[in-house]
Amino acid sequence: MSILVNKDSRVVVQGITGSEGTFHATQMLEYGTKIVAGVTPGKGGQSTLEGKVHVYNSVEEARTEANANVSIIFVPPPFAAEAIVEASDAGIELVVCITEGIPVHDMVKAKRIIDQNSTRLIGPNCPGIITVDECKLGIIPGFICQKGNVGVVSKSGTLTYEAIGQLGHFGLGQSTAIGIGGDPIIGTTITDVLELFENDPETDGVVMIGEIGGQMENEAARWAKDNMTKPVVGFIAGQTAPSGRRMGHAGAIVSGGDDTAEAKMQILTECGIAVCESVAEIGEKMKAALNN
Amino acid sequence: MKIHEFQGKNIFKSYGIPIQDGYVIENIDEAPETIEKVQKEFNTEAVVVKAQIHAGGRGKGGGVKYSPSTKKALENVKNMLGMNLVTHQTGTDGQKVRKVYITEALDIKKEYYCAITLDRSQTKDVFMVSTEGGVEIEKVAEETPEKIIKVWIDPMVGIKSFQARKLAFGLGLTGDAFKTATRVFMKMYQCYMGTDASIVEINPLVLTEDDCVVALDAKFNFDGNAMYRHPKIAALRDKDEEDPTEVEASEYNLNYIKLDGNVGCMVNGAGLAMATMDIIKLAGGEPANFLDVGGAASAETVKNGFKIILSDDHVKAILINIFGGIVRCDRVANGVIQAVKELGLKVPVVVRLEGTNAKKAKTILSESGLAIIPANDMKDAAKKVVDAALKN
Repeated sequence: MSILVNKDSRVVVQGITGSEGTFHATQMLEYGTKIVAGVTPGKGGQSTLEGKVHVYNSVEEARTEANANVSIIFVPPPFAAEAIVEASDAGIELVVCITEGIPVHDMVKAKRIIDQNSTRLIGPNCPGIITVDECKLGIIPGFICQKGNVGVVSKSGTLTYEAIGQLGHFGLGQSTAIGIGGDPIIGTTITDVLELFENDPETDGVVMIGEIGGQMENEAARWAKDNMTKPVVGFIAGQTAPSGRRMGHAGAIVSGGDDTAEAKMQILTECGIAVCESVAEIGEKMKAALNN
Repeated sequence: MKIHEFQGKNIFKSYGIPIQDGYVIENIDEAPETIEKVQKEFNTEAVVVKAQIHAGGRGKGGGVKYSPSTKKALENVKNMLGMNLVTHQTGTDGQKVRKVYITEALDIKKEYYCAITLDRSQTKDVFMVSTEGGVEIEKVAEETPEKIIKVWIDPMVGIKSFQARKLAFGLGLTGDAFKTATRVFMKMYQCYMGTDASIVEINPLVLTEDDCVVALDAKFNFDGNAMYRHPKIAALRDKDEEDPTEVEASEYNLNYIKLDGNVGCMVNGAGLAMATMDIIKLAGGEPANFLDVGGAASAETVKNGFKIILSDDHVKAILINIFGGIVRCDRVANGVIQAVKELGLKVPVVVRLEGTNAKKAKTILSESGLAIIPANDMKDAAKKVVDAALKN
């Protein structure tokens, strides 16, 4: 089980011949991910990664000829939104977009198209997904993970690693870890992932990591209150962030009201989530929650 | 990316949105001539003198002056150019006024608020108008939300006339003013889309005594990620309006925001950087900055990061917190050593490295002979850096 991806996921890498694409596709292959195709328009017919992966001109070809059902995108920002739509139009079920810096107006339109097609998108501007010992889709370093029963969902890349690292110190492994991205428009919300973890028999508890800006964490907390039977440990980054300043992620900006860290922590607590005041408490809080 | 009012109005003009027009000067010598030009061109004795800074709240801070006579206008320009304008958005130091906009004065009957931005939760744009123009819209939203009229626009479809009509009716407009406002709203949305703006705001949009609808102000915020396809807009960036250290950092491809504390930090990843600031505060310190060195924490990046952090005299200690995924910690460690050797160790440096090659990195640091304080985890690191800052 686990969620979204597993050892049977058949992966196409969009932008495989670019430097980022080549580097990470190599790492993913080494982890054991089943990469069945690459796509770079104009380079169809070639092979790459020491002849291990065939390159196609389009996702549609990768879909029909190599039976790819999952896509990972390492395409530069001006072309990434279109790459998402291409994958969706080709009938790919799950699209993960790592690219950082996609114009928001492009992303809004892409999102409306993939929603109509019922494609699930993770990201953009995210580290991707890892189902431990089965499939790594993106840039999360595999060696920090160990197989276990905790699900991790986070808006931030390196905070995902931090959480995984801390869980490891407490002997807790992960089922699946997902970075959903920190952009204003993203494909999959924290609520979506909580629901997947709730329904996954291999996951017994969930760490959710949010940050300032937007309402996603609050919505997820309210959903969890009504629907989650598994314990959730939460952390919100940005308690010291000044309002009106964008903190790295395009979506991480306090615009007033209940999108501050303080307000979100309050709402999470009220919804029964074990909230960490400090990032250093994630591991021990999860350990305690699972022992209860 | 933000721009000045006069630049925003020029964009409006190019989209056919009526504006309160005028000319910008940077030098007092140009004032008499420019005032006369505005008076003649717009057939008015009275003009308005407006300070051009990016921060809002200019009116309250004394940066917008109605000037009924030439003499008064000259006096206002003289006082305003070079002044330090303090508004609720500038902080206590204020912002130096380098440009002054001299515009026509209009007889105003009513003031409205209007703005377009993205509604993340609906994946649509939201167009908001209110009869409570000219004031802080945040207050209106909080106290009398029913006075804000909203329509949601699907970007795949664009704004439709019925939506623009709903906004104009909502403002209680009739006759020619209603027709003009409807056109203005349609054009405003085209402008929002056409410029890759994240916010377009007119506060106030006014109805004049002779029933014209005119934009008295123009506030834009653009999506920095889209500026590659708008070179003309990108060229409007005014670095004088930004913190000089932040400008320097952006040239190094570092994401830096200056804060008021004394504990500097250098971190990879925005989320981890925020969490590091937070834990410094919890340990009893105050973060001096946000600094995300991104995915490529090389020797060069670390060195530039040090330079940026140390340019702030308040910094008493620095915490380097790297969770290496793609980034290899041993490379970061070598970068730290090289940077410290080149720049000199002016304040204590606490280093916490986790992830790829972390063990090797620790050995490199401990064998370097430099007085770098190693830390095991984030809690340990925060405590050590705050202690070091207190002692220094």
